[in-house]
This record gives sequence, C-alpha cells and structure tokens, in this order.
Amino acid sequence: MSSLLKAENEKVFLLGNEAIVRGAIESGVGYVTAYPGTPSSEIIDTMYRLRNDTGIRVEYAVNEKVSVEVAAAVSNAGIRSLVSMKHVGLNVAADAFMTLSYVGVKAGMVIVCADDPSLHSSQNEQDNRFYARMALVPMLEPSTPQEAYEMTCKAFELSESFGTPCLLRTTTRVNHARGVVKTGFIPPNGGMKKGEFKKDPFRYVVVPMVGRMLRVEQLKRWESLTQESNATDLNFVEGSGKIGVITSGVSYLYVKDAIEELGLNEEMKIAKLGMTSPFPDKFILNFLRTVDKVIVVEELEPYLEEAIRSVAQVGKWNGVIVGKEFIPRHFELNVPIVKRAFAKFLDLSLPQEEIFTVPSNIPARPPNLCPGCPHRATYYSVKKTFGRDALYPTDIGCYTLGLLPPLQMADFLICMGSSVSTGGGFSIALDNPVVAFIGDSTFFHAGITGLINCVTNGHKLLLVILDNSTTAMTGHQPHPGASMTVEGACECKVDVKTLVEACGVKACEVVNPLNVTRTIKTFEKIKNSMDSDPGVYVVISKSPCPLLERRVLRKKQKVYFFVDDTCDGCNVCLEELACPAFVRTDDRVSIDELLCIGCAVCAQICNSIKPRKIEK
Amino acid sequence: MRKRIFLIGVGGQGILLATRLIGEAALYAGFNVSMSEVHGMAQRGGVVESAVVFGNRHSPVLADGEADIVIAFEPLEALRALPKCNKESVIVMNNSPIPPFTVTSGISDYPSISDIEMIIKSKVKAFYSFNGLAVARDAGSDKALNVVMVGIAVGLGLLDIDEALFEKALASLLPDRLLATNIKALNAGIALGQNSVRS
Ligand SMILES: Cc1ncc(C[n+]2csc(CCOP(=O)(O)OP(=O)(O)O)c2C)c(N)n1
Ligand code: SF4
Repeated sequence: MSSLLKAENEKVFLLGNEAIVRGAIESGVGYVTAYPGTPSSEIIDTMYRLRNDTGIRVEYAVNEKVSVEVAAAVSNAGIRSLVSMKHVGLNVAADAFMTLSYVGVKAGMVIVCADDPSLHSSQNEQDNRFYARMALVPMLEPSTPQEAYEMTCKAFELSESFGTPCLLRTTTRVNHARGVVKTGFIPPNGGMKKGEFKKDPFRYVVVPMVGRMLRVEQLKRWESLTQESNATDLNFVEGSGKIGVITSGVSYLYVKDAIEELGLNEEMKIAKLGMTSPFPDKFILNFLRTVDKVIVVEELEPYLEEAIRSVAQVGKWNGVIVGKEFIPRHFELNVPIVKRAFAKFLDLSLPQEEIFTVPSNIPARPPNLCPGCPHRATYYSVKKTFGRDALYPTDIGCYTLGLLPPLQMADFLICMGSSVSTGGGFSIALDNPVVAFIGDSTFFHAGITGLINCVTNGHKLLLVILDNSTTAMTGHQPHPGASMTVEGACECKVDVKTLVEACGVKACEVVNPLNVTRTIKTFEKIKNSMDSDPGVYVVISKSPCPLLERRVLRKKQKVYFFVDDTCDGCNVCLEELACPAFVRTDDRVSIDELLCIGCAVCAQICNSIKPRKIEK
Repeated sequence: MRKRIFLIGVGGQGILLATRLIGEAALYAGFNVSMSEVHGMAQRGGVVESAVVFGNRHSPVLADGEADIVIAFEPLEALRALPKCNKESVIVMNNSPIPPFTVTSGISDYPSISDIEMIIKSKVKAFYSFNGLAVARDAGSDKALNVVMVGIAVGLGLLDIDEALFEKALASLLPDRLLATNIKALNAGIALGQNSVRS
C-alpha cells in the first residue's frame, strides 16, 4: 500500500498536492474528479492510483465545467466530493460555479484551484481569489503542504456546515512544495457509497423565481460565513511590533524569512490570513488598531489590499497602508523582493549584493518535442503541403512546442479549444488558407463546439486533430478517445472520426503521420478539395505518443537509423524536421543512436538515412 | 543553522530524486525541511531545477543570490545557476556534458569545460568539479549519477547530516532491486568527496 495511506498520526514528507489528497481521504471523500492541468495534476493522478485501496470513485473529466457539475450532483446526493483544476480551469467551470453557489451543496464539496504566478506552465497568471468574491463562496489559502492538508479537511467541514462549495486556492509553490506533514487518521467508512436525494424542484431547479429566493439565502449565508472568517483560527496574528504586515498563502513564508533576515522580529507583527473569503473585516480592523502602519504582501492582484483599504475606511483607521506600490503585481514574490519592499517601507538601507549573471552567449536549452514524436511528423507534412502562406492557429499541448524554430507552425493561441474557432474567424477575415491544430484531449475538452460552429457558419478551414491517444502534456492522463493509460491498454470510449463526421464536415480523413508520403498525399487531396469546394475539413493524424507507448505497452524498438557516407551536409533534415537525435558535425549530420526511437520519418525525407537492426 | 541547496540539471538526470534524498535524510536528522520542484518540461529535454532547504528557513523557493550550495548535474547548467549564488556559495558540478539541441544541431557552440570551470571558480567561495558520471558507471549504472552527486556533497561535508541517514533515505525511496547499485554509488560519491577534502 502507498505510504500516503499507511501513515497514521505520523510525520511524512509530502508534496502539497499529496497533502491535499491525504486531507480529502481523511475527510471521507467519496468522489473525486478533474481535468488535469499543471500544477494541480498530481491530485487527480494520485487519487486515481489509490482508487482501489481507498474505495473512492475517481474520474477523469472531459473538462472542468463538467467536473464541477458532476461533483455538484454527487454532493447534493449526500456524498463528499473533491474537484481539482488549474486556475484557468475555473474559467471553463465558471458558469456552473457561479450558480452552484446559489443552489449550494449537501455533503462537503471542495474545489481546488491551483494558480500559477510567474506562468511556469500556463497561458496567463490570473488571480483566482476574485472568483471566490464574485461567487460568494468561502476560500482558504494554504502556505505549506501541512496547511494544504489541514485546510483541505477544514474546507470539507466549512462546505458541509454552511451548505456551499468551498474553494481551496493554492499556487504552484504550494502544490509543488514538499514539506513535513503530520497526518491524522483515515476513517474506516470513507469512499464512495449510495447517496440520497430528496426531490425539491423549488430549491434545486434554478428558474428566475427560485434563483431570487436562493440569492437572498446566499447573501444570508455570506453573512454567517463572514462571522466564521472573523472567528476562525486559520486567521491569526504573530509577533508584537507596531509595524503591521498582512499576508496570505506562500507569501507568508517569504515574509517570515524576510523579517528574520532583517532582524525585525521585535518591530513587525504579522496578520496571516488562511481564510481570505469572505474577507475577515472585523479581525483585520482589530489588527489595524494595534499597529501604526501596515504593508500588504501578496502575489498578483491587490485582492487583500483593496479589502483592507475599504475596512480601514469604514472603521476610520487612518494609518498608512501600502501594498502594490512596493510589492510587484506581476510574477512570483520571493524573500529578497519582500526584504527590499520592507527596506523601502521602513527606510532601511540594505547592503548591495552582487548578483552574478549568466554569460550571454551560452547555448539555450529549450524544451523540444521528443525524438520520434508524431506531432513533428504531422507538422512536416502540413508545411510541405500548405507552406508558409497558410495561417496556423494552434492549441495547448505538447504540440504547442511546434511554435519554436525551425518548425514554426503556430500563429495564434489564446486558450484550450481556440484553434478551431479562431481558425474559423480568420477564415472569414482573410484570404489565406487556414489550417488549425488541436490535440485529441483538447478536442474533447473544448474543440467540438468550435468545430460545429465552423460548420454551421460556413467557415473555411482544415482542422488537424493530433491524435496521440493521450493527454501527454500534463502527464499522460486518459481521455474519451484514448486507447492507453499509464496502467496499460484501454478501450477507446468515443471514436474521434465518428464524432467529427457527425458534426457535418465536408470530409474527414485519418492518416498515420509516420508514413510521410501517404500523409502528404492526403493533405494535398484535401487542399485541392478546399479550393474546389470550400468548407470545413478535418484530418485526424493518428499515432500514439511513443513515450507513453514504450512505457506502458513495453513496445520493443526493432531498428534505429544512421546516416551513411553519402550525406553531403545539406542540412535539410535539421532545418525541416529538427529531431533532437540529429547531430551536426563539421561537414555532415549523424544520428545519436541512443536518442533515435526508430520512427523512420527522417529516412523518408533523405536517402542517406538507413535503418539498422538492433542486435539482441 | 540554515542550508539552502539548489539542484539543477537536465530532464532525465534524476534531479527530483536527489532532492528528495537530501530532504528525507534531513527529516530523519530531525530538521525542519522543505523542497520545491518545478515540474513540467522535464521529459522534453528542458532544464530541471529544484531546491531543498532545512534548518532556519521557511521558504523552499530560492531566489537569485540565495543558494548556499549548488549541485549541478551538467556543466552548462552549472553556469546557468550562477545567478542563484553569492560570493559565499559552494558549487559541486558533474563535468560530463549533455549538449543541448541548440548545440548538436549546429546553431551554437558548447563552451569548453575548462572555460566553464574558470568562470565559476572566479565567482564563488568553493567550486568542485567531478566526473560523477564515470563514478556512477563504475557503480553499475549511469542513472545513479544523481545519488553520486548527493554522495559527493555529503563527502565534502557540506550537508551537516549523518552519512548513515542517506542510506536509510535511499532505502525508503527506491525499490529493492535498485538499492544495491545506488548504495554503492552513494558510498563512491561520499569517498570521492572525502578524498578531495583531504587533498
Ligand atoms: C482550461 C485548461 N485546462 C487545462 C489546461 C492544461 N492543459 C494544457 S494542454 C492540456 C492537454 C493536452 O493534451 P492534448 O491536447 O491531447 O495534447 P498532447 O499534449 O497530448 O499533445 C492540458 C490538460 C489548460 N491549459 N487550460
Ligand atoms: S510526450 Fe509524447 S506527445 Fe509529448 S512531445 Fe513527447 S512524444 Fe510527443
């Protein structure tokens, strides 16, 4: 059994996301669902791995909106549920989330949303704390794995006792921090069970009349939640000085280190907020009245700061409040940033420390599509057929790396699913041919509606679905069209081609991108049809992610490729395919046999590349 | 006491396991310890960074200038870690290079190892360069480089944690079939570190 389950009342070294898993299991969660997304993915992946030991029903959802809706029903049937997502996932789920706050829940429902300040692996760094305020739901913000564990338990209690979903808002540095966690006990009766739902349409069916009634209830609940927030020990004061610091989340750690390093323990007093929605107005006013001035240390938007300013105004507290004029609004904070802000605020001088720089001319190490990745092969054939003139809206996944030179097959991207709909938009505004790229997981997540929209409105484009049978980018999670999971082969539940054809496209072809000649031929045929009979065309470029395939299906490599003496150093392979297994030497190219996975794509574009059997 | 250790290398070198090894050992030693990992691009040949801190430190994230010790698994990445260091930092580097694709594809040149060593040496308090890969290979597996590197740091006396606790930590982290090779790698690393302190 996993050590995550074995520990009882014991100190273990856990990833923030594992601490959340442990907290949820101890809280007797019965149902867990998510669409993956960094930095939240280890929550659903760990739950999935442990599902047989815990008896919890764990489901990968098609997207975040769906995950929240399913969990809302389960919770309203009396079973505790957990949903996790990355910050932008809550945009997708927002419609369900906003009104769920009216309807409420019966058994505890916790939504973990993992923000990503500094955009380590995201398209933006939006501050999701405002969602809690907009939806009027309670929100907890842990600073460490220990707190992530405790607050998960607390979030279930709050959710259940107030009848509302509760947000657990983390950031990358909490999800992906590993720290010591003192566990409690796993209840014997956790896991999925039969629920119960008493019909009451005038409370559960949100027509305007019901919505009006629920809106009033929601505001009443908000009042009592505010009392809770003012009373809870998740919000606490530390120290005794006359200079106040108000902080939450991981910034609390930076604040503590900065205070210690500057030797300001006597001068500074911290209000550490663990429950930041509803805002603990009385608690903060009391705190303000014990200090002379205050600095607000928070990452991203002035969420706390604005609330503090309004509390001070209402409570007629006239001390100085500073925040975003001292603390950057973009990217993550760290200890030196907070030290500099304190120094500026308190007029201290800090010793100038030299920061070493990296010599400017050293080679970069950008991430790259793996050797043998079918996405690279698809890009090659599309580029050969449609050239630089076509417009290539793209989407989010491993294949977004096709942005980088020399492939450069990405022209526009805003969010998951945007490839096909923006492709449609460009096709009505421009004359260029439009070829949009979308991954298979992304297609199920948010691409289907866009495709139907293109068909309905007569847009003209080719959508290439990069079907590698998995959600590779975030750790190889399954999706409805997947035929393998990390546990091995699985049955494909929804056939992409059938689905696409049902959307009414002009034509849908399936190619194996590793067969270059045939793939190019198919693209050429489609290109001709697009000229003669404009409309929506789809090519499903189908070849499994080799990284996952080798790992789970234990597929053995039979050949690798080498470059023979006829190589004249023309460099076409590097300029057009750029597989990481190629090695350029002075006058020619060779192939690193340890990196080559034997996909044979390069051998189809150059006669000097030959296969060699792997000796056993 | 405060230790702030930064680890850097390339996807596939086992950086996260090395970080955990130090973390678990520090936990056994009774320290308050935390780690931070940057997940994401590891499997696609990008840079992997992580940090482990213990003792008198709350934040697991290391900003520029904050690393007391850098364990670099690859020379170019050691160079890239320079901003994390200050004049008092100690850098331990594996000197067997993994050229990035920008080099193998002929776009850029890999700096010479001796140039890298010279640049780093001129900046920080102490710098150690070893062929950790050769040591790992001797112990039975290239993959044990991560454990060798931790071993070297232990042998150099940089971590202030009892040697035996690393073996205990290894046993808790690795499946039995990999343990013998990795313990061998750990001890070879420790010996190498100790010898270079003596010499
Ligand atoms: C709303 C939202 N949810 C989740 C993510 C995280 N995410 C980015 S791409 C991706 C899926 C990639 O899978 P796929 O489209 O199949 O491409 P692959 O990586 O397999 O090539 C996910 C889950 C996101 N960026 N936005
Ligand atoms: S993980 Fe799979 S899909 Fe992603 S780049 Fe590697 S081979 Fe391609």
